[in-house]
Amino acid sequence: MYVSPLREPLIKGAKDYSQVTKDILAPMAGKPSKYWYMGITLSGAAALFGAWATFMTVYYGIGTWGLNKTIGWAWDITNFVWWVGIGHAGTFISAILLLFRQKWRTSINRSAEAMTLMAIACAGFFPLIHMGRLLLGFFILPYPNTRALWVNFNSPLLWDVFAITTYLLVSLVFWYIGLIPDLGTVRDKATGKIRKAIYGFLSFGWTGSARHCSRHETISLILAGLAAPLVLSVHTIVSFDFATSVIPGWHTTIFPPYFVSGAVFSGFAMVLTLLIVARKALNLEDYITVGHIENMNKVIIITGSIVGIAYITEFFMAWYSGVEYEQYAFINRATGPYAWAYWIMMTCNVITPQLFWFKKIRTNLVATFIISIFVNIGMWFERFVIVVTSLHRDYLPSSWSMYKPSMVEVGLYVGTLGVFFTLFLLFIRAFPVIAIAEVKSVLKSSGDNKKDVHHE
Amino acid sequence: MENKYFKSLEDLRIDTSRDLEEQSAGDKSFILKMQRESAALPPTSRRDFLKAFGFTIASAAVASSCEQPVRKAIPFLIQPEGIIPGKASWYASTFYDGTDYCSVLVKVRDGRPIKIEGNNLSSITKGGTNARTQASVLNLYDNARLKNPSKNGSEISWETADAEIGGKLKEISARQGKMVLLTPTIISPSTAAVITDFVTAFPSCDHIQYDVLSAAGMLRANQDSFGAPFIPSYHFEKADLIVSFDADFLGSWLSPVEYTKQYSQKRKLTDGQRSMSRHIHFEGAMSLTGSNADHRVQMRAGHQKFVLVNLLSALKKLNGESSPEVQGTNHDVQELAAELFRNKGKSLVVSGSNNKDEQLLVNEINMLLGNYGHTIDTDVRLRSRFGFDSRLTTLVEEMNSGAVKALIMMDVNPLYDYPQAAAFGAGLKKVELSVALSVVSDETSAAVSYICPDHHYLEAWNDFEYKTGFYSLSQPAIRPIFNTRAAQESLLRWSGNPQEYRTYLNSYWEQNIYSKAPGFTSFTSFWNSKLHDGVFESGEKSAVAVAYTPVAAMEAIARIAATKPEDSIDLVLYANVSVGTGKHANNPWLQELPDPVTKVCWDNYLMISPRLAEEMNVVDEQLVNVNGKLTLPVVVQPGQEYKTVAVALGYGRQQTGVPANGVGQNAYTLMTFDGDNRSYLLSGVSLALEAGNYPLARTQSHHSMEGRELIRETSLEAYLEDPQSGNEARVELKKHMKTMYPEAKFDGLHWGMAIDLNACTGCNACVVACSSENNVPVVGKEQVIASREMHWIRIDRYYKGDEHNPEVVRQPVMCQHCDNAPCENVCPVAATTHSNEGINQMAYNRCIGTRYCANNCPYKVRRFNFLDYTGADTFKGNEYDPAEMTTDLRRLVLNPDVTVRAKGVIEKCSFCVQRIQEKKLVAKTENRELRDGEVVPACAQSCAAEAIVFGNLNDKNSKVSQYFASERNYHLLEEIHTLPSVGYLTKVKNKTV
Repeated sequence: MYVSPLREPLIKGAKDYSQVTKDILAPMAGKPSKYWYMGITLSGAAALFGAWATFMTVYYGIGTWGLNKTIGWAWDITNFVWWVGIGHAGTFISAILLLFRQKWRTSINRSAEAMTLMAIACAGFFPLIHMGRLLLGFFILPYPNTRALWVNFNSPLLWDVFAITTYLLVSLVFWYIGLIPDLGTVRDKATGKIRKAIYGFLSFGWTGSARHCSRHETISLILAGLAAPLVLSVHTIVSFDFATSVIPGWHTTIFPPYFVSGAVFSGFAMVLTLLIVARKALNLEDYITVGHIENMNKVIIITGSIVGIAYITEFFMAWYSGVEYEQYAFINRATGPYAWAYWIMMTCNVITPQLFWFKKIRTNLVATFIISIFVNIGMWFERFVIVVTSLHRDYLPSSWSMYKPSMVEVGLYVGTLGVFFTLFLLFIRAFPVIAIAEVKSVLKSSGDNKKDVHHE
Repeated sequence: MENKYFKSLEDLRIDTSRDLEEQSAGDKSFILKMQRESAALPPTSRRDFLKAFGFTIASAAVASSCEQPVRKAIPFLIQPEGIIPGKASWYASTFYDGTDYCSVLVKVRDGRPIKIEGNNLSSITKGGTNARTQASVLNLYDNARLKNPSKNGSEISWETADAEIGGKLKEISARQGKMVLLTPTIISPSTAAVITDFVTAFPSCDHIQYDVLSAAGMLRANQDSFGAPFIPSYHFEKADLIVSFDADFLGSWLSPVEYTKQYSQKRKLTDGQRSMSRHIHFEGAMSLTGSNADHRVQMRAGHQKFVLVNLLSALKKLNGESSPEVQGTNHDVQELAAELFRNKGKSLVVSGSNNKDEQLLVNEINMLLGNYGHTIDTDVRLRSRFGFDSRLTTLVEEMNSGAVKALIMMDVNPLYDYPQAAAFGAGLKKVELSVALSVVSDETSAAVSYICPDHHYLEAWNDFEYKTGFYSLSQPAIRPIFNTRAAQESLLRWSGNPQEYRTYLNSYWEQNIYSKAPGFTSFTSFWNSKLHDGVFESGEKSAVAVAYTPVAAMEAIARIAATKPEDSIDLVLYANVSVGTGKHANNPWLQELPDPVTKVCWDNYLMISPRLAEEMNVVDEQLVNVNGKLTLPVVVQPGQEYKTVAVALGYGRQQTGVPANGVGQNAYTLMTFDGDNRSYLLSGVSLALEAGNYPLARTQSHHSMEGRELIRETSLEAYLEDPQSGNEARVELKKHMKTMYPEAKFDGLHWGMAIDLNACTGCNACVVACSSENNVPVVGKEQVIASREMHWIRIDRYYKGDEHNPEVVRQPVMCQHCDNAPCENVCPVAATTHSNEGINQMAYNRCIGTRYCANNCPYKVRRFNFLDYTGADTFKGNEYDPAEMTTDLRRLVLNPDVTVRAKGVIEKCSFCVQRIQEKKLVAKTENRELRDGEVVPACAQSCAAEAIVFGNLNDKNSKVSQYFASERNYHLLEEIHTLPSVGYLTKVKNKTV
């Protein structure tokens, strides 16, 4: 296959196959570094904080939060939407980029998919914990029962249940299928007996034969085909929670595309946040190159701009609709008591990503890292603005009120961050962070040593 | 029967005798048959035994490892006659607490009174109630009830109490030591007779009546004007023009339930009525009544007498006479005088003042306008105020001088509500024998040597004559819960009469009242009939005729004209619609009831005008000291007169129970005495800013409608011209009402509710009635601050216009039972659904608490159980019950027809579906259709103004359908196409725009 010599190589440093295996498996070998221990202590502590908050919520009730008669959702659903959005990057990278045959995805898809799984797990936690009667949460499943009770298929919240579980299952299967060849590699390199047995079991007897490879490729494509629509559908359905309601600020037809691009936007930001640290810490700079990061930054510019246009469109529509409640809701967003949240959102989501138009900035790791954090914050506030500022002043001014989070709510959010990072730290010890087999497949065409290969 | 094994010969023999046996057993033979059938079953094998054994052991193990809840319901050993489980009994009774009166019906379920409703047979209250009457059932289950007679804090028996107190009284009487019986105004004829007997037995005993909300000024004024101390009957329903000077007649003045009924009757524009009264209100502090007025005039509280003098002068001028004027008030009363003059004989001027001179002026004005005999009736008198404040002052002096040897206090709490409570307390220590006949432990009962606890009114027999000739009865609806005894019986016992009070009451009626009722064959039939009705109205008039003399009024004018209006800060002490005088402060429902004006609950506070607040540089919740005596948080009240501040009485209880103790500050300590009467007005008050803030619980924090058409109003003039006026938006909207979905159809019943905003005064009775009917939890101050109050019905109050002189509008809002309900389609588990009768219903058991419905409700009427408020949750130890509503005693008030909701579920107004079902069953057993007006939800039932109408919308002749067809009808937020089943009739104010 001919590759333009102008193209940046996807893998630097003239690697051969065995070097690739060695490099990528290196973080799994030996004892973890002291930074790893520090990280897992910190994130574990955060997760414990979350466990305390979960106990408080379940035992004493939602009253331990800052909600009230007017504001029934706040941090819970904000966090839910935020985490689901973050998850979108992984699926986007592995499914849509696979279908579009973007080879650069091979270096980042494994960790992005893992991040997706962890983010969905964190996201799924919030719709559960936000239930007033968590122990009866199974009512939400359409299971046959003697009382002839059935769920309400009109409710977007029920669609959420299906969307999120489907998403979790497909992502899990997709990620695991992708892992199988690498698990085979890990098994082959494993030294201990137990380790060998475990990875042997997990790799499903992968031998690397042509038949295995062929089947693997086919199933990957099929799953990518299945997962690709999910990128669009999951956040569309999440946005229906708001869009189908009657609350001014929620009742907006623009929500589905707006939410999906916002999701990809925040997802890429989180991937960047994680990988900029990980590539350094795990010595994978040759695999996750500045070129990769630049590509992701380009996605951020596009999705960020879509989000920005959506914000402006909402304002236009509020004015154009002539609905006084709608108009008030948007004026209140920008000038009301929660205006600070709105302007944080605007700054972080609309203004900062525009800096990526400058090549210097989008190829600068420190700048990218900072902006990615900004985007994460901005997207969290976007959901906060939608959920809380719409609710706190809706139709009847007699019921208007204010919301302030409680320590328990903070605990739940910090707790999911803790679980997320704990799982990620465990992931880098247990599985190859980069898809070895896939990287090897692009090594010949897009590696730094491609010229030598062509000369042969 | 082949191969039958037999163990003995008997075995075989029984077989042959069976048929015979069966014959002789007759219709009990089925038992034998069953025995036989079980004998015919194959015998238990060893395997079966082992199976059963294993199952038993296993299930026993499982059962014993799970803790079984202790169930306290004990079935009747012998089923009492007349009690059908699940069916309520009703008893007619009377609520009277020394201040408020209401003829009521008591709903009793399984021996427990659980709900109070108005009695339609009373022509005074006509089925109306107020918040305190509704809440009074909870006082029966007050945790602070006195449970036993006691002496210096230790329990004694009634025999000991009688022996000791009776002995001591005799001893004191023998040496002619002064005794005093201190009571509130006694309107009970039999109790008055008991007291007379008591005074006869102990001639040195003095009976003093003590009114916490005193009308002594009016009594003295009438003494001077008419020669007799009395309070006349007022007829607001006959007045075309009502001018009130600080008389909160819809909230706290004299007889608010009666006046609300009359007032709203004259102001409704339904049933083809085309006129309504005009209400002009002069006041300093914003009151419930003032906020309902057509025209509210801000008047410095202390300037009332000058305005009255000027008004009188202006009226006299119109009458061709002359009378002095006073300069220095900013009120031009010429126009008012002219308007009053035009309405001679059809107007009514009232004043809330407790000052004799002011009442004398009001008498003169009403006399001049010819209102006596028309809107004021002196023949039928209000008997609920007969206390002369000076008598109590004298008593305290005598107590302190040691002259009083015995003091018996019945149902009074002077150690809390007497302004110089400390002096009273000091005097009480010098009294040899002090006895409290109280129901609930309070400041006074804590300081006396003997407590002889009285029954709660729902446990007691009593009679009342609230107005001349208007008798009513109360009867026990439950056996006394504690070891209590009727106060009257205690008095009878001590005066040597062993009779039970009930017998006494009975014979009193036989001797004195039976004769007033013609047409009864025997006293028993009379008694039974009146006991059933709860009321007896003899139609008699006051025996003493009165004649008016203007001399006293002229003297009063001279006295007032000699003084000058001062420019000082005036303080108004008022009783609010919830805790009132503070007697019911230990009632959680009342504590959590938001004030109709400020929307604050769980505290009292200093109401202050926006202008004064600006000058003093204070904002809401900042602490301000009043006269160096009380430190209170500030509420900046739009519409408050510039230099008038106000504080509610009834708070700051210290020695009663949870939740009253320590809630608010005791404003009685600020009260002064004007020489004759207690004064609810203080002039020249000094206010000093203090450091710090004090959070107030407020159920509404935003007070403007933001230009939205939520409450639609118009003027009478515009209404008469075009009934649609104020409601133009609806005409426009109807043109655009289109949907692609089929319209909701209901065959049979379709429930709807109409609310006449013109009738609703905002008195809050419905809120308490709803809480009582539907077991609505009380959440406490902290949770109200967190905006988590649970009320199913709320009264939205908005200000319109200028913050210095705004108009006030109110709107009761409950679940609108939308036929296109946004809450229903978002519930993932279908816990809230639409019934085929148009009711939006909640299945609490199904609710998992996602709160999506509450978010999506445009009316924000859905309430979430954020914490375990009721103790109904599965977990132990997580109850949140600051008001102690979940004690075993308090829980007796729960309505068994309504589920007590657990933590984590949503609840809301159900249109009292339990009442609908009950009436449907009645109609079904009687094989007929439901009649219009048969089903009355709790809110509508409680409403003295009859502002709420409920019925079947499918029946075009029903009252609710007629209301819905009115041009005034509109639906809240109709433009979002929720299709509510609740309609509102525009508010019409009788004002010249």
